[in-house]
Amino acid sequence: MTVVGWLQIAVILAVVLLAAAPLGAYMARVFAGERTFLSPLFRPIERGLYAVAGVDPSREQSALGYTVAMLVFNAAGFALLYALLRLQGLLPLNPLGFAGLSPDLAFNTAVSFVTNTNWQSYGGETTMSFLSQMAGLTVQNFLSAATGIALAVALVRAFARSGASGVGNFFVDMTRAVLYVLLPLAVVTALIQVAMGVPQTLDASATVTTLEGAKQTIALGPVASQIAIKQLGTNGGGFFNANAAHPFENPTALSNALEIWQMLVVSAALVFAFGRLVADRRQARALLASIGLILIVGIGITYWAEAAGTPMLHAAGIDPAGGNMEGKEVRFGLAGSALFATVTTGLSDGGVNAMHGSFTPIGGLVPMFMIQLGEILPGGVGSGLYGLLVMAIIAVFVAGLMVGRTPEYLGKKIEAKEVKMAMLAILILPAAILGFSAVATVLPAALSGLGNAGPHGLSEILYAYSSAAGNNGSAFGGLSANSPWWNATLGIAMMLGRFAYIVPMMAIAGSLAGKTRLTASSGTFPTHGLLFVGLLTGVILIVGGLQFFPALALGPIAEQVQMLAGKTF
Amino acid sequence: MSSKTETASSRIASPELIGRAARDAFAKLNPAHLMRNPVIFVTEIVALLVTVIFIRDLIAGLPLRFNGQIAAWLWFTVLFANFAEAIAEGRGRAQADTLRKARTDTVAKRLRDPADHAHFDRVSALDLKIGDLVYVEAGDLIPGDGEITSGIASVNEAAITGESAPVIRESGGDRSAVTGGTTVISDWIVVRITASPGSSFLDRMIALVEGAERQKTPNEIALSILLVGMTLIFLITVVALAGLGRYASADVPVPILVALLVTLIPTTIGGLLSAIGIAGMDRLIRHNVLAMSGRAVEAAGDVDTLLLDKTGTITFGNRMATEIIPVPGVSEEEAARLAVEASLADETAEGRSILALARERYGIAVAEQAEAGTNFIPFSAATRLSGADVGDRQIRKGAIDAVRRFVAGASGRPAPEIPAFNAAVERIARSGGTPLGLAEGGRIIGVIHLKDVVKPDIKERFAELRRMGIRTVMVTGDNPITAASIASEAGVDDFIAEATPQDKLSYIRNEQRQGRLVAMCGDGTNDAPALAQADVGVAMQSGTQAAREAGNMVDLDSDPTKLIEIVGIGKQLLMTRGALTTFSIANDVAKYFAIIPALFIAAIPELGVLNVMGLHSPQSAILSAVIFNALIIIALIPLALRGVQYRAQEAGSVLARNLLVYGLGGILVPFVGIKLVDLAIVALGLA
Repeated sequence: MTVVGWLQIAVILAVVLLAAAPLGAYMARVFAGERTFLSPLFRPIERGLYAVAGVDPSREQSALGYTVAMLVFNAAGFALLYALLRLQGLLPLNPLGFAGLSPDLAFNTAVSFVTNTNWQSYGGETTMSFLSQMAGLTVQNFLSAATGIALAVALVRAFARSGASGVGNFFVDMTRAVLYVLLPLAVVTALIQVAMGVPQTLDASATVTTLEGAKQTIALGPVASQIAIKQLGTNGGGFFNANAAHPFENPTALSNALEIWQMLVVSAALVFAFGRLVADRRQARALLASIGLILIVGIGITYWAEAAGTPMLHAAGIDPAGGNMEGKEVRFGLAGSALFATVTTGLSDGGVNAMHGSFTPIGGLVPMFMIQLGEILPGGVGSGLYGLLVMAIIAVFVAGLMVGRTPEYLGKKIEAKEVKMAMLAILILPAAILGFSAVATVLPAALSGLGNAGPHGLSEILYAYSSAAGNNGSAFGGLSANSPWWNATLGIAMMLGRFAYIVPMMAIAGSLAGKTRLTASSGTFPTHGLLFVGLLTGVILIVGGLQFFPALALGPIAEQVQMLAGKTF
Repeated sequence: MSSKTETASSRIASPELIGRAARDAFAKLNPAHLMRNPVIFVTEIVALLVTVIFIRDLIAGLPLRFNGQIAAWLWFTVLFANFAEAIAEGRGRAQADTLRKARTDTVAKRLRDPADHAHFDRVSALDLKIGDLVYVEAGDLIPGDGEITSGIASVNEAAITGESAPVIRESGGDRSAVTGGTTVISDWIVVRITASPGSSFLDRMIALVEGAERQKTPNEIALSILLVGMTLIFLITVVALAGLGRYASADVPVPILVALLVTLIPTTIGGLLSAIGIAGMDRLIRHNVLAMSGRAVEAAGDVDTLLLDKTGTITFGNRMATEIIPVPGVSEEEAARLAVEASLADETAEGRSILALARERYGIAVAEQAEAGTNFIPFSAATRLSGADVGDRQIRKGAIDAVRRFVAGASGRPAPEIPAFNAAVERIARSGGTPLGLAEGGRIIGVIHLKDVVKPDIKERFAELRRMGIRTVMVTGDNPITAASIASEAGVDDFIAEATPQDKLSYIRNEQRQGRLVAMCGDGTNDAPALAQADVGVAMQSGTQAAREAGNMVDLDSDPTKLIEIVGIGKQLLMTRGALTTFSIANDVAKYFAIIPALFIAAIPELGVLNVMGLHSPQSAILSAVIFNALIIIALIPLALRGVQYRAQEAGSVLARNLLVYGLGGILVPFVGIKLVDLAIVALGLA
């Protein structure tokens, strides 16, 4: 580890915070339906869209109505994307003449992009037509991100309102998330990325003559427009197979910094928006502190593990000061890779600029554990915030009784209904991750896809299901996942991780919205101080993460201790 | 808390009680009963599973020692949890037995004609119906709960209140309710029965202290759901481990998977949860308060607003003389002496306080007996004066206008306007006191300041409540000026002056609309609607039947100050639950470090680095975790029954302290505990 490395990390995180605060304030205004500086531009478009779609923007939906609208909307998105992927061979904008996708791959990919996971069982530049990339995947990048934001806003409203029956209108929140938040950010940052050297063209490829005089075909395409929203919407699905490690997706250390900023900024801003919408910004600061604490420790461990390298590398005569550069891009270095890896997994983005499977076992454990903690650090756009609030509900309930009152969070009493739904929600991750992994470890059809034996193979399995169920989408590397077993089960895991979580979460929103919001007194459990930060962090680690400890002990931890003992597989 | 309570709870249980609870613990193994407690039910099922494996090994002639010990300790875990519940119930049952003695089958004298007390049928109390009129005279047990329709009697209620001094019960007014099982000591009463046999106050009380009617309270239900959820999560973890272990060529035998499951699921809080609830009710009963439901006890902890009657709670019941202000030209001594003469025969508390003031402040020697020739004039509602005629001197005290009228009548001309006197009267009235005029013949002597004296320590108690986030509201029939003055002296947050029952009701409704929980106490029939509306309504045992029916708690001591203690007990109950839940969940960290290396060390020897406690062997590690998990239930029973330490502090500092003790403590204690158990079982050669 170097001072420069840590400085890079600190500067990027600081710039995120600096931008997230005003962006959060702006988003709070957008979702409260107030006027913003972009209203003159977008208000007419917004009205036109409602008129065309027949949506009455003033009509509020109940939590149930909101959820049903969201499910129907996402089901339609899935059906369209599935059809597009299957039929891409017959459709235009297919300069390289790719055929339609197989049913299991089309299912997996459609689920993947609808659920904001962007797990990719395919290589983009060798599978997808431009129409699929632009009208299919990029559109879903916007819509799945906007869905997450809308749901989070609905839950926050449930906290902010008192004795209310409605939590907002799904279609209005969706439209505003795309129009006022994601689109302007995507356009501006895509242009910056173009300036940094990311291609944006409808040409299929460029043929160049190399210095040696050989002919080389270089894949091109509308890259910048897709990767801007891929990062902003914490989607993570790359244009190219190598994702953000590819020089056209992420050409320089500066573009790497921009991509990390893009990943974090909307999710972090949502926490700020939450503080404003519930009219108590201290609450947002407490959540951010908890996120920051775990994230920075995670970054530190990864950075340390990678910088320490492995005894095998040292024995091979490689300078120990270089650390473990295997699977990393020299232009990003150790710090840039460790930061990207931790953030992309703390966030449910899933874009990668280095191969996590090539990290040291502990360096690879951190990203996996980040996903298993529930993608709440600060998590996917929207999904991170509502996941974090569900965790906060559990933390408040467990320890809040210790002040001698029925626990309250943000003035809402946490009672049987909320606890039941919160427990249902947090059951999803262990059930999907450990359940599928346990089956996969004994099933030959699953094991044949592994790239490595021993604990590293187990890590590949665990990481794949964690990534799918956590709607992260990053791959550990090594696993050949384009087979019916993996496509199907990972698809199911993605759906469970997204929708089976959302339904109980929205039930909480419905129950909370109807409750009277109480004013805090000196007898109320304080949820803004350092004490709560510590408590929430402890609950996230113990309730959210501890159940994965036995599995991790057999995977990355076993690999690390064996590696230190000089054992390889 | 009263000293009585401390001595009662300092001993958790007598040896007989422990013996009986131990027997009950086995009876509670019945799965139909354990279903109510999912965490312990799961433990019982897996204990059964390991027992079956043990028997299989026995038949197959495989090594038995380890599985046998695991099975035994799993059963102990279930038994210890049952024991905790049984001992909590046992403590209540001992009290129920005492109560039951009062419910002997009494003979009732049922009247045929309400007006005719001479003719009645002797019937069994069990045959009485609601609405029957019974005649009860000195020496009789009152056959059932009811309302006095005529007569007055002194009644010994020791059977239910434990207080042997008799109380007066009479028809009409707020002291008309009688309770079955109490004894009439003198005179007679006619009682209209208001409860059918089997549902009387005493019956309900017995059922409550025995825990027979115990239902899970809302918060307990929510907590149970959390525990079920945690159990499911760990069930998934452990079942998945079977598959993952096979992949790593570290097949884990079922008994060890079971051991891991049982140590991870929250057996500690699961085992103690019902004991905590029962003990909470019990603690109330030890304070002589009966809660009609566990929900009410829980609500007491959540109370945001306390409605307190001024009289008896905030002030001593009676007004007291605090100063005597003479008019110009009259010395203080003379005024005090005349005040004494006017009050010598005055047996009211106010009168006696005048004598006490004169003696202590002005050094007047108060004679035991009045001089000969003194003729006392008792207070009458018509003149609103009292006093004495000593010889030809007429000394009177009373309301200011009445005294002026008396002076005018005695002197034959209008009473003089004395500015100093008028100023003193106004000052007293403005400060919330009552001015009492004093006159001798046609001469105004001065004014006596009668004051509602606020109890000395009440202000600190209200400050304490405020720190806990509870608002106090004083309810009084006084006018707003008097009320405001007393309110500021006592340090309450708000007051309701000239309060009518309707005012109280609407105040409560208004608070509840803002999401606040309200507690109040009351005794009169006109308090009943407010008592029913309040989230915690404490009726006084001395009150009317209507009030007792409307409230959800009854204070057998009829002490309105008790409300503050009730809130404390409710809070302590919730705190105890929270503390043990946090402790139980925090324990898991250490258990992982004990069991995980033990599970896989054979397949992956390098995982030995996770054995941070340096436990002797895989077998000893697993056994010590299971044994610690079982023993901690027993170790925490006293805490569950007594409740965690409760101090009136603001939530932040309470949380900080409890989080440190039960959260951080919960993480650290098992590391030490498991290590000690490991050393012990190695020393004993058990593993």
